[in-house]
Amino acid sequence: MAAPTGWLPESVLQLAYLGAATLFVLGLRGMTHPRTAARGNLLSAAGMVLAVGATVLRFEVLSPLVLLAALLVGVAVGAWLAVTVETTQLPQLVGLFNGFGGGASALVAGAELVDRFGAAGAASVLPYDVTGAAALAGIVGAVTFWGSLVAAGRLHGVLGDPVRYAGEQAVKLAVLLVAVLAGLALVVRPGALGAALPVDWAPTYWVLVVAASVLGVLFVAPIGGADMPVVIALLNACSGLAAATTGFVLDNSVLVIAGTLVGASGLILTRIMCRSMNRSLANVVFGRFGDSTPGAGDRAAALYEGNVMSTSPEEVEILLDAARRVVIVPGYGMAVGQAQHAVAELAERLEASGVEVEFGIHPVAGRMPGHMNVLLAEANVPYEKMRELSEINPTFPQTDVVIVTGANDVVNPAALTDESSPIAGMPVLHVWEAGTVVVNKRSLSPGYAGIPNPLFTRDNTYMLFGDAKESMQAVLDEYDRTH
Amino acid sequence: MTFVENLTLFVLAGFVGYEVITKVPANLHTPLIAGANAISGITLIGSVLVAGAGASTLATLLGFLAVVMATANVVGGYLVSHLMLRNFGRRRGD
Repeated sequence: MAAPTGWLPESVLQLAYLGAATLFVLGLRGMTHPRTAARGNLLSAAGMVLAVGATVLRFEVLSPLVLLAALLVGVAVGAWLAVTVETTQLPQLVGLFNGFGGGASALVAGAELVDRFGAAGAASVLPYDVTGAAALAGIVGAVTFWGSLVAAGRLHGVLGDPVRYAGEQAVKLAVLLVAVLAGLALVVRPGALGAALPVDWAPTYWVLVVAASVLGVLFVAPIGGADMPVVIALLNACSGLAAATTGFVLDNSVLVIAGTLVGASGLILTRIMCRSMNRSLANVVFGRFGDSTPGAGDRAAALYEGNVMSTSPEEVEILLDAARRVVIVPGYGMAVGQAQHAVAELAERLEASGVEVEFGIHPVAGRMPGHMNVLLAEANVPYEKMRELSEINPTFPQTDVVIVTGANDVVNPAALTDESSPIAGMPVLHVWEAGTVVVNKRSLSPGYAGIPNPLFTRDNTYMLFGDAKESMQAVLDEYDRTH
Repeated sequence: MTFVENLTLFVLAGFVGYEVITKVPANLHTPLIAGANAISGITLIGSVLVAGAGASTLATLLGFLAVVMATANVVGGYLVSHLMLRNFGRRRGD
């Protein structure tokens, strides 16, 4: 770590850190309401400028050109990615940024060890808390970095299907063991255990980082796309905890506070996502969810045979014409098809004709927490119209028409009725309680859970087969033509 | 500061985070992740310190990489969160 050589006194630095931490908390509190959220985000950014600025002044580290160059490169990369991103690519970008934070933390802990080790000499002893925190930062940071890269790659479609193999858990456990042993070696020190362990600090740390990197890849590789909301939230928590542990290494208060806030945020979101699927975190991470059970295809065919009614945009328009209350339930299919603008326009037209329209959004719809809400907000849907599961479910009996577009498992009644179903107990949207349900889907193929959906065979359900954007646009055109 | 003092901050910040974040509505979960993510870029402070120390070439190189990644994380995270939140604040017809 750099020596404090700047003109800024230590007390002022600590006060600046206090100010920054306060701004982070106020910023996060702003996120509790859509109206104050943008201001909260700016407050938080101001806190970051304050903390970094005070650090630079205190330690006079801005002089080396390398540092300035690094800052400029970082600003350019971050701004370019943020400005050029398409809304459909948001989940992978958020994942990628998570990874950057974790990676930086692992590198900082490593550099600090190299530094201290170099200064203190080979025979010297570093305090337990420093080496222990560095080991933790290295493991969490490296897992976050590589896990995020794999998650972003999967979301971006550059990586194929989830990778599964025999002895998966044993391999992961072995790699974790290597990382933990390297960490222990770092903490316990060679002297205590004789010459059997690597003598130098630094190489041990890099063994740990390599093992944790492999673990990060193995950890996310078997997890499928629809579980990504959990993975993104969990990696978010990890990037925060990595920063917090780095704070322990550097003995830096604002790193500890800010990192912990992020860790809490990520863990809360992880828990919400898991509960919304009625699955434990262990089941998401280690489970083999959605593996098609033998005979599933046959059972689906038997269930759907002669029981599914399909419809056309013209008929949907007639249904909407008679409706007084309409609920739209979007899913990942809407994001893939970029149908949010057509959906939002349809909602706007209906409202102009005096129809009450709301959106029912399942917490795990899409590929990251709140994915649907961001897409709809981009298409100018007011946030008051977006309802959470617990708010929208009691309203279905009073709803005339529900339009489900690009969603499947989150509207599957089997979650309530079939104890043996993989999604048994998962909170779902009770769309079937509405007068009529229109399900817009490409085909009858199963969703992520790999199970048939009895909703499609109900007497009040009509299937509108086709791509989300084309179908919604067709309904919109039909509505415009007749009004 | 001692380890225990840092631990105190860790525990208290955990409680504050829990209280504040549980009140964030599902609507804002994506901007929350992006914004929180930017905060985790606070590790930039650590990067700046180790990169600026210049004790050894290796430490400087690691610090350089860390500064690039952390800065991208901070700037990109806040920016992408801001771009999303702009959509939430406005009313139809704005």
